[in-house]
Amino acid sequence: MVEIDKIIEKYSKDKSSLILILQDIQGEYNYLPKEILLTLSQKLNVPFPQVYHVSTFYKAFSLKPKGKNIIKCCLGTACHLKGGPRIVEGLERELKIKSGETTDDLKFTLETVNCVGTCALAPVMIVQDKYYDKVTPVKAIKILKDYGETSEVKVKRRTKKS
Amino acid sequence: MEINIDGKECSTKIGETILQVAERNYIDIPTLCHNDSIKPYGVCRLCVVELEERGRTRIVTSCNYEILKDNLIVRADTERIINIRKMIIELLLARCPEVESLKRLAEEYGIEKITFKPENDDCILCGLCVRACSEVVGRSALGFSYRGTTREVGTPFFEQSSSCIGCGTCVQICPTHCITMEDKDGKRILKKWNTELELVKCKICGNYFVPDVQLNYITEITGIEKEKLNLCLDCRR
Amino acid sequence: MEKRVKLKSREELKNLRDSIIKNRDESIPCITVCLGTGCRAKGAEDVLNEFTRQIKNVDKAKITYRQTGCHGFCEKGPLVVIHPQKIFYQQVKTTDVEEIISETIINSKIVDRLLYIDPKTNEKILQENEIPFYKKQKRVVFANNGLIDPENINDYIALGGYSALSKVLFELKPDEIIDIIEESGLRGRGGGGFWAGSKWKYAKNAKGDRKYIIANGDEGDPGAFMDRSLMEGNPHSVLEGMIIAAYSISNAGEIPVEGYIYVRNEYPLAVKHLFLAIERAREYGLLGEDILGYKFNFDIRINRGGGAFVCGESSALFASIEGRAGEPRAKYVHATDRGLYDKPTNLNNVETYANVPIIINNGVDWYRSIGTENSKGTKIFSLVGKINNTGLVEVPMGITLREMIFGIGGGIQNNKRFKGVQTGGPSGGVIPESSLDLPVDFDELTKVGSMMGSGGMIVMDEDNCMVDIARYFLKFLEDESCGKCVPCREGIKRMKEILDDIVEGNAKMEELDLLENLASVVQDASLCQLGATAPNPVLSTIRYFKDEYITHIKDKKCPAGVCKALITYFITDNKCTGCGACVKVCPSGAILGEKKKPHKIDIDKCIKCGMCFDVCKFDAVIKE
Repeated sequence: MVEIDKIIEKYSKDKSSLILILQDIQGEYNYLPKEILLTLSQKLNVPFPQVYHVSTFYKAFSLKPKGKNIIKCCLGTACHLKGGPRIVEGLERELKIKSGETTDDLKFTLETVNCVGTCALAPVMIVQDKYYDKVTPVKAIKILKDYGETSEVKVKRRTKKS
Repeated sequence: MEINIDGKECSTKIGETILQVAERNYIDIPTLCHNDSIKPYGVCRLCVVELEERGRTRIVTSCNYEILKDNLIVRADTERIINIRKMIIELLLARCPEVESLKRLAEEYGIEKITFKPENDDCILCGLCVRACSEVVGRSALGFSYRGTTREVGTPFFEQSSSCIGCGTCVQICPTHCITMEDKDGKRILKKWNTELELVKCKICGNYFVPDVQLNYITEITGIEKEKLNLCLDCRR
Repeated sequence: MEKRVKLKSREELKNLRDSIIKNRDESIPCITVCLGTGCRAKGAEDVLNEFTRQIKNVDKAKITYRQTGCHGFCEKGPLVVIHPQKIFYQQVKTTDVEEIISETIINSKIVDRLLYIDPKTNEKILQENEIPFYKKQKRVVFANNGLIDPENINDYIALGGYSALSKVLFELKPDEIIDIIEESGLRGRGGGGFWAGSKWKYAKNAKGDRKYIIANGDEGDPGAFMDRSLMEGNPHSVLEGMIIAAYSISNAGEIPVEGYIYVRNEYPLAVKHLFLAIERAREYGLLGEDILGYKFNFDIRINRGGGAFVCGESSALFASIEGRAGEPRAKYVHATDRGLYDKPTNLNNVETYANVPIIINNGVDWYRSIGTENSKGTKIFSLVGKINNTGLVEVPMGITLREMIFGIGGGIQNNKRFKGVQTGGPSGGVIPESSLDLPVDFDELTKVGSMMGSGGMIVMDEDNCMVDIARYFLKFLEDESCGKCVPCREGIKRMKEILDDIVEGNAKMEELDLLENLASVVQDASLCQLGATAPNPVLSTIRYFKDEYITHIKDKKCPAGVCKALITYFITDNKCTGCGACVKVCPSGAILGEKKKPHKIDIDKCIKCGMCFDVCKFDAVIKE
């Protein structure tokens, strides 16, 4: 747990830092491991149910590991008006998961976001911090295939080297 | 200080809640998430009243509205208030159709049928169990999780709680009686919290009577040695 | 890297400003590239990198370049402005960079094809302020967004930044400052519209051993991104306003005061720029101890949101800073008395704070000359949806909706018919064509069942369904409700269920009455404003588009062709060329036909995903 001590050190040791610490942990581990939450509860002297409440209340946190490529489909009003929901449906069909879920091979997590503030690009899809504008269900699936293939190729290269 | 509730002039002190004054004056305001031993939470909204101030009326919850000004006018029985109460009861009954206390409230308010699609829950998320465990017992074994329509009450990860001492406060205080506690085969079982606690035998009669962790807790906060505590209530007499 | 030394007096600030200006030659060509999130998403960063790469090879005259904040005309990004001539190039690609350098910078020629063309006159326009989108705006808060590098505090200082702070510290007393803000008529820009001066006064007079100044940058309304652009593009304007507020409310530091900016998690660039701005301000002694040499201490911390719309509500925001779940609590005692950690707290929107230095620098009379009787100053709006000129606009309050949408906005995309404009986010309502001549300010729009809110303006056309929009907002609020109180948690859910019935063609007319009764209880009895304003979109669409609801319920049809259960996809024989593009994308194999012969959709297999409608180049697929 050396990592978590380093994170806690950055902040004041009282319960007001809980969310800031959890944000760093989510960033570091891609989810909030249960053991770390327990440790936090002890170190910050916050009852475990409260730590659990905060961990489940905010959409930024995940108790399960997220996929390698996080797909965020914007469902803000402008994106909704321009067909956002159909893009989500198309991706759900293609990936065979519902939004909020991760594919079994941990390649993709599909999420919806309520407005990312780039309404001129509606409908917007973000994959790993890259923005795609004026997406359609057909385009969205094409974009996915790029990521799918790229990550497979990367894996192959790595195994060749080793 | 004075406050007028439904036409009745009631005396009050600064900082008292409308509900406290009403109860003292036998004015009946219904509540579900309220208990006098715990800080008011104001979430069931059943105790709403109309508050008139400087010619404007607004709706406030009487359980946690602190009276800070003199000569406020409160109405707990207007058509608007009754309509709100009826809708709240109906919404809760649609969520928990089998709960007796809700059925009684429905009868009291003349609600004959529920127009919403019924669900199958037994918890109204009043939070009394969470708050009692934290404020009265001091264990904080329970909490809320998630949010909105997925909001729930329970132990973290819905697993056995390491803080629960099996005192039964949550069982007693729950308005829907959805929390059960059963002693069986040397264990105290709180099914709703997925918790099973080892019971201790009375050193005289040999009957199981209290969870071991509860004795530990009592020792911790009172300083009384555990050996002096493992006597059941009957044998203590 | 310019070395930074703490400024210990207003003279030192003035000298610094003078030296920055002196060391800058405004006649040297300067290439500015907008790096707001919108333009970045369209590749602006690559464009800037290409410029920096190619400029190295040019050894002729000196050229400088600068990244800037959002100009607001997101529709036409990436935006590049060449100074000093202020030539405005739009939709710039990396492949255009070479030509811009060789033609415009070196040979002082214009690259015509990159100029904006006015769709009405077909004229090419050279400068930003001549473009109709900008001409009708009054950019006051956003004035410097296109001129400064948000990561460089010296840019802000060169344009007069922190001179208001300097004036406040050394010339005015706290009560005088609060009087100025009160007289200016500044009202909260986050949606509440509460008089800022009054709020500051309450906070100053409240008793406490510590006070807090908080900026709300949680901008949760979908479709609104004004605060994002402000925090990204001119973070110092927010800081300066906050420091002035802190000085006033703490009575010149008599009571210890601390600051927080609460920024939405979904705005990483805003967080980054605010963080940098705070560091730079600290280095210059504009934050921290003994600000500008005056015995006043104030510092600011940044808290990121966790992805919860409800945290834009004041008490939920405080809970979040305190490390708890963002659940609102009863507000019978105001935040100015008991707010964060139960201490006196002043919470204002970031745009509100950004107005403060402007008021101090330009004076109350000037500020009051803009806007309407009860809504002074300018407001930034996000104009989005089915509109030609999508982007951020700053206008004096009192401008009409018609001027916004058809004047600045350039009218409806693809020449479709205007149907309604949604304002005020999930707390607001839809305004129909009949009310387009209403002036936009804090009070006028509430009269027709909506509100100005934080400034989101979502334009809808004939292809949008009002019932669908009402359902959309209820779903949004159902997701975002904290779930604490019964009316909001259970009430919104049941309202949405009724809307589900309506869009699926399973509703009865009586359900509209039930909907209205539910709405009134949710409005009256909810614990916070999320619940209390949740019924607004539904109620306003029923008010102005009741026929559409009735058509859904009685005829089981969706006139706009949106509600899946009520539409059917057909292929028109005389337009279909049998190209088979639709067959390729159909996920359920519902389209059959021979090559080069008209195809048919099997209604039983069709899942109404709309992919065929998207791909057909011949408009052969129709919805009925």
